[in-house]
Amino acid sequence: METEPKAKLVLDHLDFFYGDRRVLRDVNLSIPENGIFAIFGPANSGTTTLLRALNRLSDLSTESRSTGRILLDGKDIRDPGQSVTELRRRIGMVFDVPVPLPMSIYDNLAYGPRRSGVRDRATLDAKVEDALRRSVLWDEVKDRLDAPATRLSGGQQQRLCIARILALEPEVIVLDRPCAALDPVSTGKIEESLQQLKERITIVIAPHSIQQTARVSDRAAFLLSGSLIEEGPTSRMFANPQDSRTSDYLTGRFG
Amino acid sequence: MRMSPRLSQNLARAVIWASAVLVIGLLLFILAFILAKGLPTLSWDFLTQNPSDMGRGGGILSTIASTLFVTLVAVVVATPFGVGTAFYLTEYTREGRMTRFIRFGAESLAAIPSIVYGLFGFIFFVITLKMGWSVLSGGLTLAVMILPTIIRTSEEAIRTVPKMYRDVGFSLGATKWQTIATTVVPSALPGIVTGIILAIGRCVAETAAVILTAGSALQLPTSLFSPARTMAVHFYIMAREGISMERAYGTAALLILLILVINVAVNLLVNRFVAKGR
Repeated sequence: METEPKAKLVLDHLDFFYGDRRVLRDVNLSIPENGIFAIFGPANSGTTTLLRALNRLSDLSTESRSTGRILLDGKDIRDPGQSVTELRRRIGMVFDVPVPLPMSIYDNLAYGPRRSGVRDRATLDAKVEDALRRSVLWDEVKDRLDAPATRLSGGQQQRLCIARILALEPEVIVLDRPCAALDPVSTGKIEESLQQLKERITIVIAPHSIQQTARVSDRAAFLLSGSLIEEGPTSRMFANPQDSRTSDYLTGRFG
Repeated sequence: MRMSPRLSQNLARAVIWASAVLVIGLLLFILAFILAKGLPTLSWDFLTQNPSDMGRGGGILSTIASTLFVTLVAVVVATPFGVGTAFYLTEYTREGRMTRFIRFGAESLAAIPSIVYGLFGFIFFVITLKMGWSVLSGGLTLAVMILPTIIRTSEEAIRTVPKMYRDVGFSLGATKWQTIATTVVPSALPGIVTGIILAIGRCVAETAAVILTAGSALQLPTSLFSPARTMAVHFYIMAREGISMERAYGTAALLILLILVINVAVNLLVNRFVAKGR
């Protein structure tokens, strides 16, 4: 018998509101440790809200409100004892457009570690190099770490954003349509590095296309109008969707 | 009958060009006029000696010192409050009655003629707080006067910083203040400094508010409580009392050069500071 993998993140009856608008409806989901978990659905399905709820970025929008629980390693992330900055170091986030901070490549990478109190130059150097290697960017930038990060190409910038999070050695990386603004070659490189990262890190991704969902993810969850329709291993879901709405979306009948 | 697109195009171009040429021409004319009349008066002695005989003789050293001194007090006092208010309005509160009220207040303050600030400063700082005619009274009055300029320009500068920087900062485990200090402040700094330069310009050029609060004494100010006569006040008095038009123009020319130097210097400073990382 197959052993159940340990659940890294559990969403327990999660509801999310912006003012009177209900964006997530009673979502129950268990995301196993390591591997790539895709959350996909048509626009305005609540995927971005769900991802931003995972590291509590959604708390920042005024008028937002949620009920239910999100558990990380079995502990509620909104527990009063849980430090938000600590949580965000454990759950990193990559956005749909690459956002290099207006500073050098090195300073972008060292940003997170510095905020968590790392001052020693040698330690920072090591973290920066390690993170850049793991996001497969090292060879392209090792000679110009002092150059402004904004001079990198779009694809490089997005890998920089991934590296910037890796420098914090997170347990979970959340990516919200990370390749939406990128060309196919850059997209390929990012997908490749995700495949390497998933060995040690839990990756939650909202892919920008159904095709990407099929390519990259091990498990997937289909979200429609804020409700979870179906969840399971990606290959099984694509070959044999259980819900007619899932099969309609996957075959392009809507969305 | 409708104008042909070609004609309207040419007409628009002519009007736009004409306004630009007219404005720049006027500016250059004023500059040339004052510099032509004032520069011959400028000499080493004029810059390094204190006025004598009510300004008929000697130089204008004490008025240069007073101008810098009063302006410094104003900028040092107004900048933290103005920039702080701008950050409060943009980052630390949500839009609502409170922000509208503060903005309305700041805009109203900006529209008040400077003589009214002078009167306020005279009654409040000079008399009520017993600071007398002094660098401090003048500086504080100017600080109140330039506050709206600093708030407004800083707010605009902060608003142009991409919203995503905050998300990135937070998601890398930075606190709100760390995020603002490391991403928003550096990006907004050039705009904020522009506002401060504008404010410096207003301070240096101000007469009405200063004459009522700092006085018009000709000695070199030696402390915050010394009375002082700024360059703008000095040439106002030179011209108004008919003491010496020549010296009035000399002072005016130097004032223009001073503003120029301050602008260039601050810009260089900011460029050097911000150029890293772009």
